[in-house]
Amino acid sequence: MTEFNTLLRSLTLLATLACALPAAHAVEYKTVALDKSKITFNYKQMGVAMDGQFKKFSTQLSLDPAKPANAKATIEIELASVDAGSSEADDEVVGKSWFNIKSFPKATFVSTQVKAAGTHQFDVTGKLTLKGQTRDVAFVLKHTPQGSNGLLSGGFTIKRGDFTIGEGPWAKFDVVANDIQVNFQLTAQPGK
Amino acid sequence: MQTHKLTYTPLAKALHWLMAALLIGLLSLGFYMADLPLSPDKLQLYAWHKWVGVTVFALVWLRLLWRITHRPPAYPDSMSRTLQLLAHGGHWALYGLMIAIPLTGWLMSSAKGFQTVWWGVWPIPDLLAKDKELGHSLQEVHEALNWLLVLLISGHAAAALKHHWVDRDDILTRMLPQGKKHD
Repeated sequence: MTEFNTLLRSLTLLATLACALPAAHAVEYKTVALDKSKITFNYKQMGVAMDGQFKKFSTQLSLDPAKPANAKATIEIELASVDAGSSEADDEVVGKSWFNIKSFPKATFVSTQVKAAGTHQFDVTGKLTLKGQTRDVAFVLKHTPQGSNGLLSGGFTIKRGDFTIGEGPWAKFDVVANDIQVNFQLTAQPGK
Repeated sequence: MQTHKLTYTPLAKALHWLMAALLIGLLSLGFYMADLPLSPDKLQLYAWHKWVGVTVFALVWLRLLWRITHRPPAYPDSMSRTLQLLAHGGHWALYGLMIAIPLTGWLMSSAKGFQTVWWGVWPIPDLLAKDKELGHSLQEVHEALNWLLVLLISGHAAAALKHHWVDRDDILTRMLPQGKKHD
């Protein structure tokens, strides 16, 4: 009897594992918890490090960390939601010589390729469209599992000149630098 | 003998006139740039204003050090006790403002989220975290103190000229570069 019980328990355990394991592998991130996510940027103004962020953005995501090749991500940023560090800068940067949000209200990022690059890391390439211009960007995406969610973070540097962000008197880079570092932290949630 | 000193040392004179030039420049620039619309020029002017302001903040401590280690020439006996007290008070108020004004400028920059990087090279620590409301209040204090400085500098200059032309004493000349040498 005892042996039979042990066998039965082992079988039950196996069955549970058999069911549970594929489930654990099949975690695919489908949505992003916007309240636990942020997109920030850093730049230099007269040698002074400034930071800002975009408060509104939306995402379309499908990422199974086990099958990165099938992963896809689209991020749309509402440029009007910019916080560029001061209210004066916020008013300026949405204007014609910067983002020109009347004609180009959104910035979009669309992934083109996702490849595994070590444990919990991926090499991502994609297209960033800003003010009517599209440029390739590449970055390392870090994946930090947090229970059933996953924190996806990374960053890349763009040249504002590539997108004619800052025209006319702002076109020179002596006061506001050309390099803009963009960083993001997205809390991804699984879905079907 | 200390009591016979009739003029300031060359260092004290140099610091006085250097500060005079810097303060008048900073005041003019400050009142001019504050109302400019945002432009690269405005940001550049702000940066210069802050750099020179930090320089003044450093220089004032040097002046205070001189002031504490030297006895300045005494006021002439022709000045009444009240006037002498007023002159002393005015001078210490000027020192106070030369410390308080750059300090409020530094604090308001921190509160507004614009760190000061001296000459674009040396970052000066932020004493306050970013806080828009506080930044605005500090800006008002900075401006009010500057109006007070304008008043005090005008009074200071008017008094010096009165001593020179009305009282005909050596108060003004002893601060001039070619003023009387030590006895």
